[in-house]
Amino acid sequence: MTDATAEGGATPQRSSLLDLDERTKKRNAAEQRFKAYGIGAIAIGVIALLFLLVTIVFNGVSAFQQTFVTVEIELLEERLDPEGNRNPDEMRRVTTFGYNPLLEAAVANKIEALGLETELSGGALRALLSGGSASQMRDAVLADPDLVGQTVEFRFLASSRVDGYMKGRVTAETVERDRNFTPAHLELAVAMVERGTIEKRFNMAFITGADASDNRPEQAGIGVSMIGSFFMMLVVLGLSLPIGVAASIYLEEFAPQNRFTDLIEVNISNLAAVPSIVFGILGLAIFIQFAHLPQSAPLVGGLVLTLMTLPTIIISTRASLKSVPPSIRAAALGLGASKMQAVFHHVLPLAMPGILTGTIIGLAQALGETAPLLLIGMVGFIASNYPDGVASGFLDPNSGMPAQIFEWAKRADPAFYERAWGGIIILLAFMLTMNILAIILRRRFERRW
Amino acid sequence: MDLSWLIVAVLVLGVVGFIAARQRAIASADGDIRTLHSRPNYYGYATFIFTAVPGLLLLCIWLIVQPTYVSSVVIGSLPEELQADSDAAGLAMADVRRVAQGFEAAVDQGVMTPEQVDGLRADLTLVRQRLADAGVAVGSEVEQFTVDAARVMRSLNARFDLIRTITVLLVALGGLALSYLRISPQLRARNITEKAVEYILIAASTIAILTTVGIVMSMLIETRNFFGIYPASEFFFGLTWAPSFGGGSELGILPLLWGTFYISVIALSVAVPIGLFAAIYLAEYASPRFRSIAKPALEVLAGIPTIVYGLFALVTVGPFLVSVFGNDGLGWMGGGRSVVTAGVVMGVMLIPFVSSLSDDIINAVPQAMRDGSLGLGATKSETIRQVVIPAALPGIIGAILLAASRAIGETMIVVMGAGAAARLSLNPFDAMTTVTAKIVSQLTGDADFASPEALVAFALGMTLFVVTLALNVFALYIVRRYREQYE
Repeated sequence: MTDATAEGGATPQRSSLLDLDERTKKRNAAEQRFKAYGIGAIAIGVIALLFLLVTIVFNGVSAFQQTFVTVEIELLEERLDPEGNRNPDEMRRVTTFGYNPLLEAAVANKIEALGLETELSGGALRALLSGGSASQMRDAVLADPDLVGQTVEFRFLASSRVDGYMKGRVTAETVERDRNFTPAHLELAVAMVERGTIEKRFNMAFITGADASDNRPEQAGIGVSMIGSFFMMLVVLGLSLPIGVAASIYLEEFAPQNRFTDLIEVNISNLAAVPSIVFGILGLAIFIQFAHLPQSAPLVGGLVLTLMTLPTIIISTRASLKSVPPSIRAAALGLGASKMQAVFHHVLPLAMPGILTGTIIGLAQALGETAPLLLIGMVGFIASNYPDGVASGFLDPNSGMPAQIFEWAKRADPAFYERAWGGIIILLAFMLTMNILAIILRRRFERRW
Repeated sequence: MDLSWLIVAVLVLGVVGFIAARQRAIASADGDIRTLHSRPNYYGYATFIFTAVPGLLLLCIWLIVQPTYVSSVVIGSLPEELQADSDAAGLAMADVRRVAQGFEAAVDQGVMTPEQVDGLRADLTLVRQRLADAGVAVGSEVEQFTVDAARVMRSLNARFDLIRTITVLLVALGGLALSYLRISPQLRARNITEKAVEYILIAASTIAILTTVGIVMSMLIETRNFFGIYPASEFFFGLTWAPSFGGGSELGILPLLWGTFYISVIALSVAVPIGLFAAIYLAEYASPRFRSIAKPALEVLAGIPTIVYGLFALVTVGPFLVSVFGNDGLGWMGGGRSVVTAGVVMGVMLIPFVSSLSDDIINAVPQAMRDGSLGLGATKSETIRQVVIPAALPGIIGAILLAASRAIGETMIVVMGAGAAARLSLNPFDAMTTVTAKIVSQLTGDADFASPEALVAFALGMTLFVVTLALNVFALYIVRRYREQYE
């Protein structure tokens, strides 16, 4: 019988363990495939991140540069100061319409001086410049009435079409379809660029300026909403840090194990996952409709964001309180400190770096939040006036950086997209700084027990 | 006295109390602080607390009660026909408030004297012009009864403000005197202080409950108002969403829920495979060095504000999809805003939500289970598929549910990427809209808050809150149960 089995054809021909059979090869291939899926998944995530960052930088960097036109303007006395006594109050009667002819004449002169020829004249020439040029002139004259009668060199913002041409957004084809900006304008602008009258420079006004109306994208800046965000962050920091720390100390160090404590804990972990827009509804209903706090005020925005950030801060604070070893408490209690003294004098200072790290990360999150701001009226377009002081910074209508970006993204003129991406660069720069600060704090001060 | 000054005054009293009490404590021990029950500072703290806390508490209550009481008195002074209609009375009260505010500003800025305000007659003076001079804009020309009511309000408020200042200061002073006189070496100042501090800590931790209560109450009340003017059955089962601010809106939630669900499903079908495989690789295969770079890099995706993803969907992903599936390509897609646009971008955002939590959970599976499987000859991937993942499955499902609740509540990406049209369609390249996007659009317009078109946002918010809450509670329950299993 044994011979029979030995002679049977079914004997495995196993020559060496080093030669893999079919099944093992298949299993190993599956192993390799599985590993490749993992690497692929991570690669997709990282590529998405890189693509996002490259898109942001690629689209946004141009917002920090703006096209300017340099023009010498003869500030005629008979137009700007008919009385001739340089009294700003009387000169105020001349509106920007009074300045427009001077502006047109100056541009025409400039074109002639450059040796260019154009069919354009009069008001049509102003399409090269930003709509705010005349008021820029007027402001300069009213600030220094002695300029009247002199020839002064002004640097005006070019109109968004000229700017778009410089940045490749506007081409000969798109100009064909434009009403105010004709191919003749474009030709003229190209010639002026060659002669150095129109040039691109760094645009500080984008970082410090206020939002501008729909048809003046070249003037829009993120500065005012940055101030709005700053005041909101002050409120969030001032409220959520003390409240969050107090709540965490109670829950971590003092709270007895009972129903009430359980209820609080369940509440906190659920609040951390409630959609941010629900907090916006809460802010609208409670702070604005019920408590009659001013609408669109950074104070209200700050309160809403505080409620939203509190769970995050409480969770991270509790973790850092928990990481302080019990021996510290035991030693303090052993030396006669009360429980409160042990916590406030010993545990809290040791947990502080962790608490601050968590708070900064919570603040960074709050800084980027948009949806609740929209509901309490902090929409972008109201960010057009600088606050006068601290009180007005908290109470006057303002917006926040993310809401301002959203506002720009909604507008029809594609010139605003560039602003939106530029605004995102600034927003991310702030968030990055805060996160790096948090990492440094953690590395520098956190103790491993 | 101005409110902020009153608060400062109470706090200054408290500091004075602190210093005085500290001195008195030292003096009562004849300079030998060892005979005191507590260290001198605690006597100071106790006095500070007894001075400042009652005063400020009283002030808080006063600030809530006074406006309610004053407006009830002022409403009583309005003409009868206005009082009968609560809407009209509300509008009239808003006018009265603005006019009273205008008087205040006018007197402050010297545009009007207090006597002028008292003798003001609406039929003789251009009240609106006067108030505009003081920087307060009033919508329409003011009626005599509004001026009278505003005057009543102003005088009542002035009187109550004075009483408030005096009462609050008296209470603070009383607290100071009481606790100052109580000081003796035997007084257990530390225990008193610590008890008070503990109450403050408890109060701080109840804010979480108050927030939840605030959310529920605010939405519940407005939702009830909404169902008072719009039938609940049509809201929950209506197939059309067509708000029109002129009235006669159809406000069915189903198209919105469908949009929300569809976008979330697409987002999860992007995020779950990528996140899960990333988590498996990070937990089981990656070297510590690779892990220390790749894990934070993925988590950056979660830290980027949603407005950035929204803009990305609107400006980059949408046009790209149109160029492939749009009229120039396959012809399936009408515009850049669609369910796919929002879903894919949201999926990218959710990758770290799935990967981080799953990674933690896979790491928590005991090593012994892996060793057993490997010892029986399974390859690493077979171990993962047949041992580790089944063991970690409940936790992973919890992580996916958390990501789902994130997807349902996400606002900016859908506002910018998914479109505004509510429709029930199966085509993922159609523009659809979600619950969150409609909350934003219904509440950011100039709509009257009492209209069903605005109130519907609260009902939508309530629905959203209930759904996400249920998902969260369930997910947290699963995750917690799972953690306990292997601890």
